[in-house]
Amino acid sequence: MTQISVRVDGASYTDDVEPRTLLVHYLREHLGKVGTVVGCDTSNCGACTVHLDGEAVKSCTVLAVQADGSEVTTIEGISGGDGAQDGSLHPMQKAFHEMHGLQCGYCTPGMIMASIDLVADNPDPSEHEVREGIEGNLCRCTGYQNIVRAVQQAAAEMRGSAPAAPDTLGAQA
Amino acid sequence: MTAVEDRPAVEAPAKEVGQARKRKEDARLITGRTTWTDNMVLPGMLHLAVVRSPVAHAKLGAIDVEAARSAPNVVAVFTGRDLAEEQGSIPCAWPVTPEMVNPGHPSVAVDEVNHVGEAVAVIVARSKAAAQDAVELVDVDYDPLPVVLDMEQALADGAALTHDHVASNESFRWIFDAGDAGTGQNTDEAFANADVVVRRRFVQQRLIPAFMEPRSTVVQPQGDNYTMWSSTQVPHILRIMLAMTTGVPEHKLRVIAPDVGGGFGGKLQVTPEEVITLLVAKRLGKPVKWTETRSESLMSGHHGRDQIQYVDIAADREGNVLGLKVHILADMGAYLRLVTPGVPILGAFMFPAIYKFPAYRFDCQGVFTNKTPTDAYRGAGRPEATFAIERIMDELAVELGMDPLELRRKNWIGAEEFPFTTVAGLEYDSGDYDEATRQALELLGYDELREEQRRRRESNDPVQLGIGFSTFTEMCGLAPSRVLGSLSYGAGGWEHASIRMLPTGKVEVVTGSTPHGQGHETAWSQLVADELGVPFEDVEVLHGDTAISPRGLDTYGSRSLVVGGAAVVNAAQKVVAKARTVAAHLLEASEEDLQFEGGTFSVRGTPGTGVSIQELALATFAAHNFPEGVEPSLDADATFDPVNFSFPHGTHVCAMEVDTQTGMVKIRKYACVDDVGKIVNPLIVEGQVHGGLAQGIAQALYEEAVYDVDGNLTTGTFVDYLVPSAADLPHFDTANTVHEAPGNPIGAKGVGEAGCIASTPAVVNAALDAVRHLGVSDILMPLTPERVWRALHHGGDGGDRATAGTNAYGGAQTETTAGVSTPESRLGGDR
Repeated sequence: MTQISVRVDGASYTDDVEPRTLLVHYLREHLGKVGTVVGCDTSNCGACTVHLDGEAVKSCTVLAVQADGSEVTTIEGISGGDGAQDGSLHPMQKAFHEMHGLQCGYCTPGMIMASIDLVADNPDPSEHEVREGIEGNLCRCTGYQNIVRAVQQAAAEMRGSAPAAPDTLGAQA
Repeated sequence: MTAVEDRPAVEAPAKEVGQARKRKEDARLITGRTTWTDNMVLPGMLHLAVVRSPVAHAKLGAIDVEAARSAPNVVAVFTGRDLAEEQGSIPCAWPVTPEMVNPGHPSVAVDEVNHVGEAVAVIVARSKAAAQDAVELVDVDYDPLPVVLDMEQALADGAALTHDHVASNESFRWIFDAGDAGTGQNTDEAFANADVVVRRRFVQQRLIPAFMEPRSTVVQPQGDNYTMWSSTQVPHILRIMLAMTTGVPEHKLRVIAPDVGGGFGGKLQVTPEEVITLLVAKRLGKPVKWTETRSESLMSGHHGRDQIQYVDIAADREGNVLGLKVHILADMGAYLRLVTPGVPILGAFMFPAIYKFPAYRFDCQGVFTNKTPTDAYRGAGRPEATFAIERIMDELAVELGMDPLELRRKNWIGAEEFPFTTVAGLEYDSGDYDEATRQALELLGYDELREEQRRRRESNDPVQLGIGFSTFTEMCGLAPSRVLGSLSYGAGGWEHASIRMLPTGKVEVVTGSTPHGQGHETAWSQLVADELGVPFEDVEVLHGDTAISPRGLDTYGSRSLVVGGAAVVNAAQKVVAKARTVAAHLLEASEEDLQFEGGTFSVRGTPGTGVSIQELALATFAAHNFPEGVEPSLDADATFDPVNFSFPHGTHVCAMEVDTQTGMVKIRKYACVDDVGKIVNPLIVEGQVHGGLAQGIAQALYEEAVYDVDGNLTTGTFVDYLVPSAADLPHFDTANTVHEAPGNPIGAKGVGEAGCIASTPAVVNAALDAVRHLGVSDILMPLTPERVWRALHHGGDGGDRATAGTNAYGGAQTETTAGVSTPESRLGGDR
């Protein structure tokens, strides 16, 4: 067992972990941060994406011991707090809701975390740049089109030039 | 009780149905406050890991579990022999013929293993990691048997057998002959009298549903009661089938599907692991959890498609179709699961599609192989049929020298001909194929792209352009119970709903249709808001728990809205009828004089009177002033059993670039116009179409479950099984026409499978249209660059995929060993 100290979603934790413990298993099984999920075993799907010191990582490819001394942010830590109401959602969460960027929602935490990182690097991504930027995250439900729309809408809001979110997506073409 | 006092006039709320309501479901999903089965932790919970067979076919010898049993933190180890008395057989609910051979499907192998990945033992431990560690310690003797993989070879005389206790590898033979059924003419005569006959052999490759949430099951025993949480599409069916299989009585078993991360048919199953988890919890009296890894999921969760299709079409010289003959080999895999044999039979009625064939014959053989069992995958039988007919129509057009759209127009059912009874005996409900096609061509920018195609062809551009069509229909809203009965299915196709009026005027809707991403909570709220005149926000939809929603047949086959939603609407109308009686009493008027609008009953011609349904709910709760002899309840149940299927249709058009130098294909533009009947929520409909398109396109371009000569799945991880990413898919241009379904009170036809059924042939037809002038007439799916390049430069259909270069064999290799298939390497020989 190895002792690690990690800040996760603003709280500090100190735990003894097996050296082989993956960060995602530490988050889920030790801390109960089950908002972050596991979708594969080959680091292809990105469902487990979190931020490690501000950068998106697939938490299945990071050992818990590597996160020692680091700051981890999960899907549970990006909005205004527990039981967050609409008003305190992160712009990316809000955009996924408004643009219908999710169906079953299993890929959504990872997709949102990866997208926030993408927009941090590229505040005004084109459709092509969004598609390339989130290619490490798989979604089986949406066909990605509304995810792309959501990322672009959130990027606009995060730039401070958000057009008012449309109530509907009436125009389907 | 103030129900009849004067109230300020309330403006009737706008109609909910038709609005692009943002989903109620999203709040928990975008914040990580979800209830996936694997999130669940119970006091004293134990964890399972499954020891799986690394060989495709073998007799089981000694199984030494002692090392595993004595490993740290391991509580118990069970083999098939330990569970043989209790585990029964995984049920098959669809014996398609009386003679169908079902070899039996133990959850944990007892004497023999029949595919790679089959369970041979189960470890129970304090943690998932400890259980997984002990898997390595189980020592199993396998006595290898011949491996059966190729369906055509499996049916040959003297073929090795998949199971040694069956007489052949054929499970069943199922025939529909329109001539015999009286729905068409004699097929042989039609072919004998035809000017043109085109014969093709198409391959529907094996696919894997690949839902994003790996399957997971938790069972908690409480005395002789058991609660199972499972990542399933079908909690109701699961409960019944587990009771029938394991002997745990139905009333002692509660099944809950919490948040479920996608299914696509892949979670329409009674899995060995669900049986195992229940039996272990029962043995040990402790809560038990099983969660699969992705590799386990791809290897052991059921697969889909996998057919060889021999399709013959007959026509006259002018392009009038005269007959269709279809012979299918459908790969069952090693065992029959819940609806394995029924999947190709669901397709049997869809091969004639939207065309007016006078003669039709369908002949299907179900074939056993030593592979993972197949079963439902999005579309289940109908994508296979749609692919075959839309591909052969293009081949016939080429043979006749006709434009493929012109050929379709000449033969499809006219808008004025509905309802239309097809040669397969189905009565199509409504639609307008011409209108959908005109809109789709416009959406695509058809004329400009045809012009560009001509330019590229004339200039011999290395990148050629093609345009492909799919003018499809499908049968949805599964299903009329009597039809299922006539097809020997083991259950009905109705759906149930209840509506409870709470004293404060809020509404609970209980549905038997269990969602896993479709948005039932939102759409059902819209339906009920309109029927009862209550705010959308005041409706709560309850589902997915057999103790809360006791009756249901769950979600598959584009049935939820069409059948389940119809039950909800009918229940709401019963609530209104009951409320009308109470309102008449309180308003001292006769029921006939009342009108109900915007949630309020009022007396016609008497302004200022009125009582809202919320006030009636409270008055019913109090029951102080109630009509004589009337039960104080507004709640109502409804069970809806459709009298017919619904028939969504649409036109999908794909423009495809093919790089003749590299074999790379790229969708230039994709446009589709779908008619799914009445649209309750355009946002959800659009999302369903997008997701379906992604899966259908993925069949055409990316996905294939590949087995090597020994029966190893070489695409057993997401490294090799190519679920497409955002970068692999194009933007979709989608639109709708609306012809309401007459068969249900909503008018909806179903949308869950449309995109997946329609898109695959449009994509392949487009690629072939780009390169047909270069001598290519077929390319096997998926259209990998390698296959396209080989078809272009070596002729043929691109050949089978070599397994040598896959990750299972160490990944990409040098040019002498990389994935270049030769006759010797077919099914992966040359490694």
